[in-house]
Amino acid sequence: MPEQQTAEEQTNPTEEVGTFLRGRREQIAQRWADAALFRTVFTVSREEAVEAGRAVVEALAAVAAAGRLEDAEADGFAVVREQLARTAHSRARSGATLAQISAEMDALRPPVNDLLLDELSAAPAEHVRKCTTALAVLMGTLRLVMMETAMSAGQELINRQRLEMLEIATPVIKLWEGIVAVPLIGTLDSARSQVVMETLLDAVVEQHARIAILDITGVPTVDSLVAQHLMKTVAAARLMGAECIVSGIRPAIAQTIVHLGIDLSSVLTRASLADALAYALQQQGAHIVPAPAGEPQ
Amino acid sequence: MTHSTGSVSACLPIHSDLDLVRVRQHVRQMTAQLGFGLVEQTKLVTAASELARNALVHGGGGQMECTAVTSGGVKGLRLVFSDEGPGIGDLDQALTDGYTSGEGLGMGLGGARRLVHDFSVDTRRGSGTTVTVTSWISRPPGPREAP
Ligand SMILES: Nc1ncnc2c1ncn2[C@@H]1O[C@H](COP(=O)(O)OP(=O)(O)O)[C@@H](O)[C@H]1O
Ligand SMILES: [Mg+2]
Repeated sequence: MPEQQTAEEQTNPTEEVGTFLRGRREQIAQRWADAALFRTVFTVSREEAVEAGRAVVEALAAVAAAGRLEDAEADGFAVVREQLARTAHSRARSGATLAQISAEMDALRPPVNDLLLDELSAAPAEHVRKCTTALAVLMGTLRLVMMETAMSAGQELINRQRLEMLEIATPVIKLWEGIVAVPLIGTLDSARSQVVMETLLDAVVEQHARIAILDITGVPTVDSLVAQHLMKTVAAARLMGAECIVSGIRPAIAQTIVHLGIDLSSVLTRASLADALAYALQQQGAHIVPAPAGEPQ
Repeated sequence: MTHSTGSVSACLPIHSDLDLVRVRQHVRQMTAQLGFGLVEQTKLVTAASELARNALVHGGGGQMECTAVTSGGVKGLRLVFSDEGPGIGDLDQALTDGYTSGEGLGMGLGGARRLVHDFSVDTRRGSGTTVTVTSWISRPPGPREAP
């Protein structure tokens, strides 16, 4: 038990939090080892997680002792910065969002707070409040340090998502009885093309579609690989008894395809999704009749 | 060929599919900045996509150097794709439409040549491949060789 149990009014809360952290380092590290942040990163052994926890507590104690609760650049953090970065990288790689990592950081405070309240059970309420506030500020700063490293770790992932819009689902839209459409957006790399093809073929089967429209208005570049994927998808749909129409080939892309030398003559194309739908309806025997004049739209 | 090298130069790695996306975006940005029309932008971006993928798939990875150039007052963009891969033994064959040593359409190299104004390949079996392409805003300076 710490000697200065009954802190006099004058004790500096920041220093006291520092002393408390050092004194309870082991207990805190043990509790943190069970927290999501440490548990999910240090999976080899619990001792590894405890060790990592000790290092962070040690750093926090140093920062508090230096009286720099709000300073993310405080020297005390230097020794754990790399460890925090690895933790953040690891969480980001396993798919945790920044919000999740932030929440996991927040979850580290309550167990420490409980221990602090326990230690200060005899102290005046005002002093307890000051100390818990100091701890909250310090943990907030730790979170900031962590988030900074997590941001750089997550950047690669975010870039990837933004660049490829990989996670945008490939929705299959039923336009009409027997007519489905898939609007494609973003990069059609091999992996995504595979998903598109499977999604489309599934839809053809499930919806008994006779006509499938692949709209590529949102595809920025059609090179020979993308063209090959489109042709494969069209051929596969044909085998399943559905006719495939590729729509949304913009003029610049059409010209480029021609220069590239790719022969899309085996593929039925239409300039726009609307043109493709009109064609599809016609094939299905539907007739589009303009509304009589004066009829409310 | 005589043209002065511009100052803007960037070097992008080509080691993954994601790098291909970056290459395309960079070329699109550069051409737009230089004032290329939409069709010329699309052509150069598509050529870059083909050549970068070749460097990745056939050359085992490499890089793209991107430089703004001027010649006779005409602005252009020069792209140099290089890799340290196996090289191309028979360039004529590689340039032939439909020829592929893999599972592609075999339209990339020849197609890229048709999409740009200047095109040259420096390669030897066993010592890598460097493909240099340049496209100019409006028309290429000087007389053009017949394709
Ligand atoms: N950078 C390179 N290194 C080695 N071989 C290459 C390279 N680029 C092209 N090739 C060869 O030239 C062939 C034709 O290239 P390309 O026209 O792009 O067709 P594809 O990439 O579809 O095979 C390739 O199959 C490959 O054998
Ligand atoms: Mg190729």
